[in-house]
Formats: sequence, C-alpha cells, structure tokens
Amino acid sequence: MNFELTKEQELVRQMVREFAENEVKPLAAEIDQTERYPMETVKKMAKYGMMGIPFSEEYGGAGGDTLSYILAVEELSKVCGTTGVILSAHTSLCASVIEKYGTEEHKQKYLVPLAKGEVVGAFGLTEPNAGTDAAGQQTTAALDGDNYILNGQKIFITNGGVADVFIVFAMTDRSKGTKGISAFIVKKGFKGFSIGKLEDKMGIRASSTTELVFEDCIVPKENLLGKEGKGFGIAMGTLDGGRIGIAAQALGIAEGAFNEAVAYMKERKQFGKSLSKFQGLSWMIADMDVAIESARHLVYKAACLKDAGKSYTVEAARAKLHAANVAMDVTTKAVQLFGGYGYTKDYPVERMMRDAKITEIYEGTSQVQKLVISGSVFR
Amino acid sequence: MNIVVCLKQVPDTTEVKIDPKTGTLIREGVPSIINPDDKNALEEALVLKEKTGAKVTIISMGPPQAQSALREAIAMGADEAILLSDRAFGGADTLATSNALAGALRKLDYDIIFAGRQAIDGDTAQVGPEIAEHLGIPQITYVEKVEVKEEILRVQRAWEDGYEVIEVKTPVLLTAIKELNQPRYMNMKDIFKAYNKEVKIWSAADIDVDKSLLGLGGSPTKVKKSSTKEPKGQGESVNLPAKEAAAYAASKLKEKHYI
Amino acid sequence: MNIADYKGVWVFAEQRDGKLQKVALELLGKGRDLADKLGVELTALLLGNDVDNIAKELVAYGADKVVYANSPLLQHFNTDGYTKVICDLVTELKPEAILVGASFIGRDLGPRVAARLHTGLTADCTGLDIDPETKHLQMTRPAFGGNLMATIECSSNRPQMSTVRPGVFEKLSKDQDRKGEIQKISADLAEKDIRTKVVEVVKACKDCIDIGEAKIIVAGGRGIGSKEGFDVLQELAATLDGTIAGSRAAIDNGWLDKSCQVGQTGKTVRPNLYIACGISGAIQHLAGMQESDYIIAINKDADSSIMKVADLGIVGDYQKVIPEMIAQITTLKEEK
Repeated sequence: MNFELTKEQELVRQMVREFAENEVKPLAAEIDQTERYPMETVKKMAKYGMMGIPFSEEYGGAGGDTLSYILAVEELSKVCGTTGVILSAHTSLCASVIEKYGTEEHKQKYLVPLAKGEVVGAFGLTEPNAGTDAAGQQTTAALDGDNYILNGQKIFITNGGVADVFIVFAMTDRSKGTKGISAFIVKKGFKGFSIGKLEDKMGIRASSTTELVFEDCIVPKENLLGKEGKGFGIAMGTLDGGRIGIAAQALGIAEGAFNEAVAYMKERKQFGKSLSKFQGLSWMIADMDVAIESARHLVYKAACLKDAGKSYTVEAARAKLHAANVAMDVTTKAVQLFGGYGYTKDYPVERMMRDAKITEIYEGTSQVQKLVISGSVFR
Repeated sequence: MNIVVCLKQVPDTTEVKIDPKTGTLIREGVPSIINPDDKNALEEALVLKEKTGAKVTIISMGPPQAQSALREAIAMGADEAILLSDRAFGGADTLATSNALAGALRKLDYDIIFAGRQAIDGDTAQVGPEIAEHLGIPQITYVEKVEVKEEILRVQRAWEDGYEVIEVKTPVLLTAIKELNQPRYMNMKDIFKAYNKEVKIWSAADIDVDKSLLGLGGSPTKVKKSSTKEPKGQGESVNLPAKEAAAYAASKLKEKHYI
Repeated sequence: MNIADYKGVWVFAEQRDGKLQKVALELLGKGRDLADKLGVELTALLLGNDVDNIAKELVAYGADKVVYANSPLLQHFNTDGYTKVICDLVTELKPEAILVGASFIGRDLGPRVAARLHTGLTADCTGLDIDPETKHLQMTRPAFGGNLMATIECSSNRPQMSTVRPGVFEKLSKDQDRKGEIQKISADLAEKDIRTKVVEVVKACKDCIDIGEAKIIVAGGRGIGSKEGFDVLQELAATLDGTIAGSRAAIDNGWLDKSCQVGQTGKTVRPNLYIACGISGAIQHLAGMQESDYIIAINKDADSSIMKVADLGIVGDYQKVIPEMIAQITTLKEEK
C-alpha cells in the first residue's frame, strides 16, 4: 500500500497551493461579503488548465487523473470554500457527465470548451419538491418533432448564474417513476430557459446559487444524454463522483481553519504565555489534527479507486460523510480557539465555519450518505 | 532562436530562522524554491518562446535534488533541462561556478542566455556577468524589458534613478530583475508531461572547460568564517523628553545605517 | 601569479555624467585605513571623459594617486569599455586590492573584471580589514538573505576584489591642501570594443511604492488623531526615503487610503525599519508588521502592546518627538 502521491500530483499540489495563496486568498473575504462571483479567478484557472484536469488533451483537458483534480479542489478550498465548489461542480457535475455519457458530438461541442474553461458548467437536478427525494422530479420533457420541450424549475444550482452548459434532468415518462427520468444538455440562451432567483446564503456566498426556469424551453433532441429513462442512473452515477469533490472541499475548508488556528495560537498570548501552551487547547488541536488526517485518507482513497476504474460508491459516501462532519467540527473549534476575534470578520474562521455547513447538505445530505453506507453493509 | 536560462535551486531564505540556542541557521523544513530572479528570467524566455517559437533550455548547477527545480521549470513550459551535478563542482565560489556553467554553455546553441540577477542565498549577482566574460559575449544586467527583432535586442536596464535602453546583437547574456515580469505558475498540461521529458545530468567530463577551474580548487575566494545575525533580543524603552528621545532614536538609526 | 608583485589599494572612483558618486568617497575613507595598515599607496581609479576636476577632488578626499583614464567612449558607463580599460591598467600596474562601490554599475562591472583577471570578487561587503599576519584582505558580507555574515578571503589570487555596500563606510573630511599624483592617460579604446549601444537614457522618479515593497515605513494609527496629523509623519518618511502606512483605524477614519493599510485585513509588510506612531499594537495590526527588522514605537502609553514588540519604544507624544527626530536625522545626514 503506497501512501505517497506521485511526483506529478506533488507538482499539482504545489502549483495550486501557490495559486490559491496568491490569486484566491486575497479575494476570499471580499467575495464572501459582496457575493461577487470571482470570474477573474475562473479565467486564471482556465489559463492554467485547472478547469479540465481529469480530461484528456483530446477534449481540451490537461490529461491528468482524478486525485490530481481532487488535490486542486482541496488546496483551493483551504483558502476559499466558494472557489473550491466552483471548480468541483463544474468538473464533476457537468464536464464529467458529458465525458462519461456524451456522444462524440457532445464531447466536441460541449466538453472541449468546458475542459478548457472557456465556459462554466452546472448540474440541474434539485427542485423545490425534489431534494433528497430526487426521484420526485416534476420538470417535464416532452418530445415534439426534433426537440424536447422542457417545463419546470430547478433550485439551488451551483454556478447557475454564470454557467453556459447545464446538465438538466426531467421526466420524459411520468408513468415509469425513476425509469422515466432523462438527462439533457441545456445551453444558456436556449429559448424558454432563464435564470431565476439568486440565493442569499449562509456560506459559499459567491458561488452563484440560482433557480433555473424552464418555460416551454426548446432543447434539440440530440442533446439527450444516453437514452430516455437513463437519467436517474446518470444522476446517481454523477453524484458518486461529485461526492469526492465535495469531500475534498470539506477537507480543504477544515485544513484552512486548522492552519489559521495553529498560527493564531502561536501568536496570541494570555496569562503570559501563548495559547499553544495551554493543554486543554492543544488537546483540541490534536483532535482536529487526527480528524483531518482520517478525512484525508478517505477522500484520497475514493479518488484512487475511481482512477483505478474500481467501484467507489461506498468510499465516496464515507469520504463525504466524514469530511463534512470533520469540516463542521474543525471550523467550529477553530472559531472557539480564536475566541472573540474568531467571531469577527477580521479573521477568516467565521467564514470557514459558515462555508463548512453546506458540505453536510448538498450532493446528498449526510443522512443520504448513511443510507448508502448502511445499505451496502446490509446488502 | 535558442534561449538558455541559468537557474538555481535555493532555500527560501525568507523562511530561514536562527536557532536561538545554537545561533546557527535552521535549514531543515526550509522549502527549496527556484531562485526568484531566475524565475523572472525563465518567464521572459517563455514569453519569447510564445512570441517567436524559440526553444527554451534550462541549465543549473547543483546537487541531485535540484532536479525538482528543473521539473518545475519544465512544468512551466521549458523544453529541455540539464543539471550539472558532479563532486568535482563542489565547494565552488562564483568564479568556479561560472566556469562550470560556461563549460556547459559551450556545448549548447544559444542566442540569448538569461540568468537571474542574484540568488537569495549567495546574494552576489556575480555568476551571470562572469559567465558572459568566459564566453566572450556582451552582458546587460538589471533587465526590466526585452524586445527582440531577429538578432537585435532592445533591452531596458534599470538604474537606481531611472533606466536606459540599449541595443545589442545576439548572442548576449541578460540578467533579470523582478520588475521584468510576473512569473507564471506551472500549468496542468505541462505538469502531467513534466516527467516524460528527460532531465540530462552532466558531469565534469561532459562540459568544455579546463577542469582546474572547477570546484574548490578553482575558487579563489574561500569562506574563512561565518556567523549568524544576532537574534532579536528584548527591546529597549526610553522615557525621555522629546529632544533627548529623538536624539537617541536618530543615533540608533545611524548605527543601523538607516540614514 | 606572484602575489608579492601586487602592491597598492585601488578604489574605483565611480562617476556618472561627470558627477562623482558618494560611495567612491566612502571607499577612499576605508581604503585609506586599509592602505595605511598595509603600508602601501591608495590609488583612485577614475574613468571618464574630461573629468579632471574629479581627479583633484579624489586627492582631497584621501587618494595618494589618481590613475585617470580619459576617453569619449568612457563618458557614459558601458561594460565592455570600462572592463577593458580597467583590466589593461590592472595588468600593467598590479594593485593587490580593488574596492568598487556595490552600485548597479559596480555590480555589473565588478564580476566582469574579476572574471577577466581570473581573480576572486566578494560582493556587497559591509566590513573590510587586513589580517595582521597574512596581510590578506578580510571581506565580511551578508548572505542567506541577510541571515548570515561571512568573512571571505582571496589568498592566492590577485588583485583581491570587493564590491562594497554604499552607506557603510565614512568618507574622510575634504583636505584641499592634500598632495597627490594625478596620472592622466588616454584610454586605448575603439568603438568596435564596445558591443552595446545606448539609445535612450531616462531619469525617472520611481512610482509610488507599494508598501509591501518598502524598506522603510512610517505608520500611524488612532493616536495620530487627524488627517493633518499625518503631515509630520510624511515629513519623517520623506527624510528617511521611506513610505507612509497606517493601521486599520487610520484607514477607517479616512486619514489614509486602503492601499496603505497594514494588518490582518490589510497588507503584511517586512520592511527593514518600521516606525509605529500612535499605534496601540492590537493583535490584528501586529500580524501585519511584527517581522520587520527594526521596530520603533512612539506612543504616550508605556504599557501599550506595541511596546512589547518594538526594538526601541519611545514613550512620548508623536507631535513632539517626530519633529525632533526629523531635525536630528537631517543634521546627521548633512554631516555625511
């Protein structure tokens, strides 16, 4: 069992770490405050090939592996949870879908610009009445000649306000339940497709979480992914991979908060000595350290299994469940270690705590992850 | 066009700390980086590569672990890399180092040799100009801007109080300062290909230079002794009338050469 | 190379556009000391075009002899011309040591000359002395980003060369009656010897410095009290060739622009000198400046947190202390 990263993965980590420190960190507080989507960061990431890490060069990607992409999400999330999820949603929930399930035409037309970072991608599954109960889709897609006509609404869509390419799920056959759901590639500008409400959120505030509105939206029939009725399988398969991305985001957020707390504890003095000398506080750090390390192992393992072409559904669920839990725990403790200062916006830990919460919710709540895990145990 | 970039892997001296107990430098855990001025030189070479299709070769003298710096340069976009690594190069001062690098350069085609102005460990700024002298080519130091028109370069070099623009024909050696450009990061595509390229390792036998000019034997300067800076001690406080306090402060500033 | 053949201490008398550079005089000051310890002559090496007046000045500042190479091709510094002339003279006259100011010229020229002469050069020296037994030049200089001081020797090669940091040594007082020999020669240089062509020279005031790059910072906080209060800080900064900065309070009160903010939500700076005026030293501010090399704090409150990190804490009112400091520093500067 080799616990070492490859030399290339080390370079990826080094590059993204430097990039995150210099390009992402200086904006993090401002974009959280103003909810401004950091498009300039996305453009820079595109320039360096970061928006298409796990895709082959043939399709505009960098020719890398999943673990390298996961390392990138982790390093970005250490300084900015928003930037981490922007990359994760774009890569795992949109570009990857087209790579796995798209035709050659789909890939040339949509994957290439996504992998190059010329456009941003998004994933539209969740609806007002279909969250955890994703199968309760109410958006419909009716075949009409050469097009499908979509009607319905999606909510809580990451990158929604800026994306150009969307993977949208809709019911093509109500009578068939989950087997009646289909997946479509929808492009910004399709007639009848508009962006609705922009959510005002607790955390990851600049990630442009919006509604998608379909009012007799015309989608060319060649934009159907796979076959009619295969949509639910596509959604679930996609979320498996997306879970590793979110787990990496949670891991990164936890690590960022941990690093801030450690630095602060070395500097801050009370009762004539630095906080790091107080046993109760340093024991908290020990707990946080172990939690993060264990999360890291689960995240990297899931990514490695995916790269090896092996089944990774349970590992991805474990990784997300645990990493999200760790993120919440570590960020909360970090704010505590900063004391009153940690509660102010002068220091980044309160933002990290707000950012952490969503990792327990989206792309499958922690409760859903437990269903997946226990389901596999009792199979 | 062929551009050769001289690059050095150095400890990040901004992160170096002094052990308060022993008074020596703590070198473990200090990250090794590409010398910042060299990165500016490499960046300019890569810009010229994008503009003119030039080939960019990196050359470095160092221990085997310096290969990681060369890989980083390749992951930024350099085409080839050569590491001069041999016991015979050990103990070299700037003259011996420049002779070794000149020896390697004699084996390569170059129109422009780009070096950083100075390394953050040695802080001498000598190796670049010495290489130019050994090769018998002109040099321009403190380069802030470069324009290429076939074999004529228009180079803007900094002075303390301004700059001047110089025209020179290739081959020429340029030393880069940080004002020259903003170095790029490695990019993903080149990272995943970085280890496909071979980093050539050259020994003393592979280069064209009189061997007596290398290493400790070829070094006219030797370090007689070294000591660390005084660690920051307890500060002092003065509670005096303004004039006396100011006089004391001014004397301290003079003592420390701030005036 | 027979070391015994090499005698005399030379100082490169750097001149730009007919103006003798201060560092040359500082080197004559130190050179005098070294030459006396060695019991040899101190020679100033002057290159230029029609700079006879400078030659005389060099004698007045301590040179026993001036070797003055004159040529229109030496009017403006160029590496090729200066290197050739200097190396020809060194080969002929064999000095045992050459001191060059570590200016942009010195750091361009020094290594080129040293390489041509196959000799050792020690860069940016802050200390020079003579070993009483061996008579070798002891050259002390900072390395490792200033974390290490090394003493270097060039025992087997001649001349021993050293570029010297400006502002470290003291010039001697000018003595118009001092006697010295000026040897003016016509430099053996042709146009073809010089491979670079200067097409444009621009004297430019360096742009407003990013505080992150500044070597000297004068910063003000809540204790300054008003925008006008910063005027005297500006004056102090100007006297020291430094830059103004401020704590969060100064920015929030509209006294300074956000780009000048030092601290947790501003910039982190590591200047050589940080003078904190009317700044209490809240942890958010310290985070942005505590790595400065030398910190002076001026504050009415002797117990304020800033005093704990300052190298020199002055308890007092900045409005009284700073004008005094400006006066003192100006006097000291003029003395030089």
